[in-house]
Amino acid sequence: MIDVENLTVRFGPRSPLVVKGVGFSVPRGTAFGLVGESGCGKSTVLRAISGLNRNYGGRISLDGQPLEPNRSRSFFRSVQMVFQDPYGSLHPRKTVRSQLIEPLRNQNLPINAHIVEDVLKAVGLDPGLGYRFPHQLSGGQRQRVAIARALILDPPVLLLDEPTSALDVSVQAEILNLLADLQKERGLTYLLVSHDMAVIAHLCSRVAIMNAGEIVEETGIDQIRSGAVEHPYSRRLLSASHAYGKQEQRSIEELISF
Amino acid sequence: MTMPVSHPGPTPSGIRGWLLAPEPKGMLQALLQQLYQAWLRFREHPLGLVGLVVILLLIVTATAAPLLTQYDPIAQNMADRLAPPSFEHLLGTDNFGRDVFARIIYGARTTLNIIILVTIIVAPIGLLIGTCSGYFGGIVDEVLMRITDIFLSFPGLVLALGFAAALGPGITNAIIAISLTAWPPIARLARAETLSLRQMDYIAAVRLQGASSAAIIMRHILPMCIPSVIVRVTLNMASIILTAAGLGFLGLGAQPPWPEWGSMAATGREFMLDSPWVIAAPGIAIAAVSLAFNLVGDALRDVLDPRGTE
Repeated sequence: MIDVENLTVRFGPRSPLVVKGVGFSVPRGTAFGLVGESGCGKSTVLRAISGLNRNYGGRISLDGQPLEPNRSRSFFRSVQMVFQDPYGSLHPRKTVRSQLIEPLRNQNLPINAHIVEDVLKAVGLDPGLGYRFPHQLSGGQRQRVAIARALILDPPVLLLDEPTSALDVSVQAEILNLLADLQKERGLTYLLVSHDMAVIAHLCSRVAIMNAGEIVEETGIDQIRSGAVEHPYSRRLLSASHAYGKQEQRSIEELISF
Repeated sequence: MTMPVSHPGPTPSGIRGWLLAPEPKGMLQALLQQLYQAWLRFREHPLGLVGLVVILLLIVTATAAPLLTQYDPIAQNMADRLAPPSFEHLLGTDNFGRDVFARIIYGARTTLNIIILVTIIVAPIGLLIGTCSGYFGGIVDEVLMRITDIFLSFPGLVLALGFAAALGPGITNAIIAISLTAWPPIARLARAETLSLRQMDYIAAVRLQGASSAAIIMRHILPMCIPSVIVRVTLNMASIILTAAGLGFLGLGAQPPWPEWGSMAATGREFMLDSPWVIAAPGIAIAAVSLAFNLVGDALRDVLDPRGTE
């Protein structure tokens, strides 16, 4: 569904490359994880794919069709993005309902009477919240609204930029379960960026490990679980996340198993 | 983040309950609830309330002028000139025997007229230039901001004087002249707001919906700039009123015999020692209204500008 070949990104004409020739492909209906420490360029890859950053080199194709750096309007009906911080990704002075209608208005699509209620129910929110403002919602509810906004155009592809890292642990598990359910129901293709191995392991079937702007290793999720990774950086990252996040990871896994 | 102002005890009923209901049922209720929340916060500023009362008084006075006095503000009565304040003439009469109280009341119309027209001209121009400049950046930003700089570099009153002199004295030209000097600070403010807003994820999210630049500016960036622009315009209103009065004082604003506080002060100057009420009344009116706008502006800044309080 998404093919990335030799992607390079630099900020400014003379600055060094931030992303140095990254390539991977995500088959339709699967979830692909990009993992790495902060500043390794994983979010930059996502912003290039989404069309937010137009200054990139290399080739990005969707469904076999190569994409122009200036994305067409119809592209956004196929690819939507969920941002990291639900406190920054919703317009503070618009009601939930008007934020959800906005994608339809921008795409000149008809606004069906029940569409807002339906999408709110799909993400597990009470439709009665439609006329609230974001500051009247909790962090988890906001992230659900952000997911609903991405889903309202019914795109086959969702780009997820650390969708749970700004939430506390119990809410993280709810959001991850919601994303997993939505993928199953709708056959969505996910590209998930995270620094959290547990989050990646819960959603993704394949993982690319990034370091300093390059993919050092691409592997299946079972290899990650069993620790059978080859590259020394991957091994270091894996052991670091085990050592650091043991407590937290266990509590996430317990919550997920409910 | 902040939840709406809490209301202890049993849930209030009636209109208050409707305004504080946790789940608004429609767009109108949601908007009125936001306004009510703002009002609850505004109410906590006693000085702001004083200012608001003065401004409301100005509006009522201006609209109901003929009901508040039986005198014609223009009719001269030379037999009764420079009469001191009495029950017949509450604030005395001026050098043409015109009732000063009536002229103050009708002068409120002139002042309100200037305030409304300047706001209508200045706020949209400043907002549009500022948001476009901030959003597009690059060459658009350069050109628009250099134009703004040119207007900013003129001293306000001098530019207004030049304009009023070139176009001829009169209230309309005074309003145009004041507007010309009042929009650049608004544009600067809107540009600065836009520069930080366009980095926000919620603007990125709208871009990822395929929205046009015009839609992003008009529907998403502009509404975020409006609160600080309201505050700025309110706080600038004092200097706008003073500039208008200054132009009137110099004879370049509203033309006699039509009452205008600035020109009333100018005529009162000649009789200041013997008949102080002729200059004191318009002077106090100008000061009170300017002060009221400053007080309301300060309170509004606390209510609308999220940076100060939350």
